[in-house]
Amino acid sequence: MKPPPFEYGVAESVGEAVALLQRYDGEARVLAGGQSLVPLLNMRLARPAALIDLNRVRELDFVRASGNTITIGAMTRQRSVERSPDVQRQNALLHAATQNIGHPQIRNRGTMGGSLAHAHPASEYQAAAVALDARFTLAGPSGTRSVDAAEFFVTYLTTAIEPDEVLTEIAWPALSPGAGWSLIEVARRHGDFALAGVAATLTPDARGRCAEARIALFGVGPTALRARGAERTLTGAALEGGVFDEAAVSAEREIDEPPSDVHASGEYRRHLVGVLTRRALREAAARAGVATSTGVA
Amino acid sequence: MSEAMAARRTVSVTVNGVAHERVIDARLTLVDFLRGELGMTGTHVGCEHGLCGACTVLLDGQAVRSCILLAVQADGAAITTVEGLATGGQLHPIQEAFMEAHGLQCGFCTPGFLMAVTELLEGTPDPTEDEIRDVLGGNLCRCTGYEAILASVKLAAAKLRALRGTVAGDG
Ligand SMILES: Cc1cc2nc3c(=O)[nH]c(=O)nc-3n(C[C@H](O)[C@H](O)[C@H](O)COP(=O)(O)OP(=O)(O)OC[C@H]3O[C@@H](n4cnc5c(N)ncnc54)[C@H](O)[C@@H]3O)c2cc1C
Ligand code: FES
Ligand code: FES
Repeated sequence: MKPPPFEYGVAESVGEAVALLQRYDGEARVLAGGQSLVPLLNMRLARPAALIDLNRVRELDFVRASGNTITIGAMTRQRSVERSPDVQRQNALLHAATQNIGHPQIRNRGTMGGSLAHAHPASEYQAAAVALDARFTLAGPSGTRSVDAAEFFVTYLTTAIEPDEVLTEIAWPALSPGAGWSLIEVARRHGDFALAGVAATLTPDARGRCAEARIALFGVGPTALRARGAERTLTGAALEGGVFDEAAVSAEREIDEPPSDVHASGEYRRHLVGVLTRRALREAAARAGVATSTGVA
Repeated sequence: MSEAMAARRTVSVTVNGVAHERVIDARLTLVDFLRGELGMTGTHVGCEHGLCGACTVLLDGQAVRSCILLAVQADGAAITTVEGLATGGQLHPIQEAFMEAHGLQCGFCTPGFLMAVTELLEGTPDPTEDEIRDVLGGNLCRCTGYEAILASVKLAAAKLRALRGTVAGDG
């Protein structure tokens, strides 16, 4: 349980980090909070030739709110995101996602960019990014490019980040005015990765009908995924009991066979998707101020 | 770049107020640095992959896992370990509280709990039970049972508040 040998260096800017990544030609990894990468090194599941430490790249540590977007630097600690008044005010779903990551001791070191780049399918940030259509900025040798969440998450632990690129910032659209939200998950212990979870927002129109529904399911496939069928079921419908049941059944059917492992069978995970979708929708509707016949289950 | 890429580097850290400098492998974790290089074995090491919290120390005042932090990353930082809690043979109030409220049995997990709780009570002198549980959830104990640890934290918070009250009253 000791890391294999590697060369180590501290980058002080994004440009420096990219130049070093280029120099190692795919053999180097950047080191952010280390809360996923160092365990992998200790278990020797990762053996990079070099680690490029981003912890002194000040330009990547910021939370910037402007208009309808909050832009957050990749090296912003999860603890700073959790404490940001802008995030609490503009994006309660993102705040809740942050609080569900591990424990304060993990969030003290773990970064937003590290979590998204690691791309664990049960990551709350990935779920929130997929639900809200966050945008990702990547910096590489030939400049920067921007990709959306659907493009960014490729599969289990794999993103669109090229070996010589650094994730620099993530732009989070604010929740629509009047929207209700929910993020719920089932984990064996609080702070563990979720067996299954749902991140959802519901925006009612003036008559209490659903103007927009966003539902992301996580922990049940190679990446978090949108339950588009369930979203269609909801859009235009009156936000009350029956339609939530219909949407839950749809969500359950929309996923491929979920993974089975020592923690839970695929069948149980599928069951959870239905139960959690129904609960999340009721909770989101209640937060949006729409009275539901059955309340929050 | 502050220094070129290298597999060995010089690291300067302050541990419990004492400055140390060593040339080490970049792959050395902070917990192995503390225990192996500095001989400070108060910080325990359990799972070595970030799960159990036994290795928790304060890095510039923040509770972090020292088994998943490279020692070279602590360059220039101030670290507090469990050895830094007691002063002149006098236990820290948090340590006293764990003793009085039976917050430990074998003691393997205790240094980690003490450091995590130190950060909590430093920033939140009167935490809610949920806030305490959020922090305790990050550390595993295999023998005491968490209720006694929870009671210890509540007692510790009360002791520290009383002490601070006295100090404020004196001043
Ligand atoms: C006990 C424990 C419990 C946890 N519980 C949860 C949980 O409930 N939910 C959850 O989501 N996570 C959880 N985590 C993981 C945690 O959120 C990590 O912080 C996160 O997965 C990785 O972030 P990091 O900053 O530590 O990145 P690192 O570990 O440093 O890096 C992770 C990966 O991303 C790459 N990377 C990092 N930053 C960039 C960048 N800017 N550009 C390109 N690539 C980059 C690295 O090269 C590496 O491959 C837990 C971790 C532990 C130890
Ligand atoms: S030894 Fe560090 S968390 Fe278990
Ligand atoms: S006191 Fe024995 S593990 Fe906690």
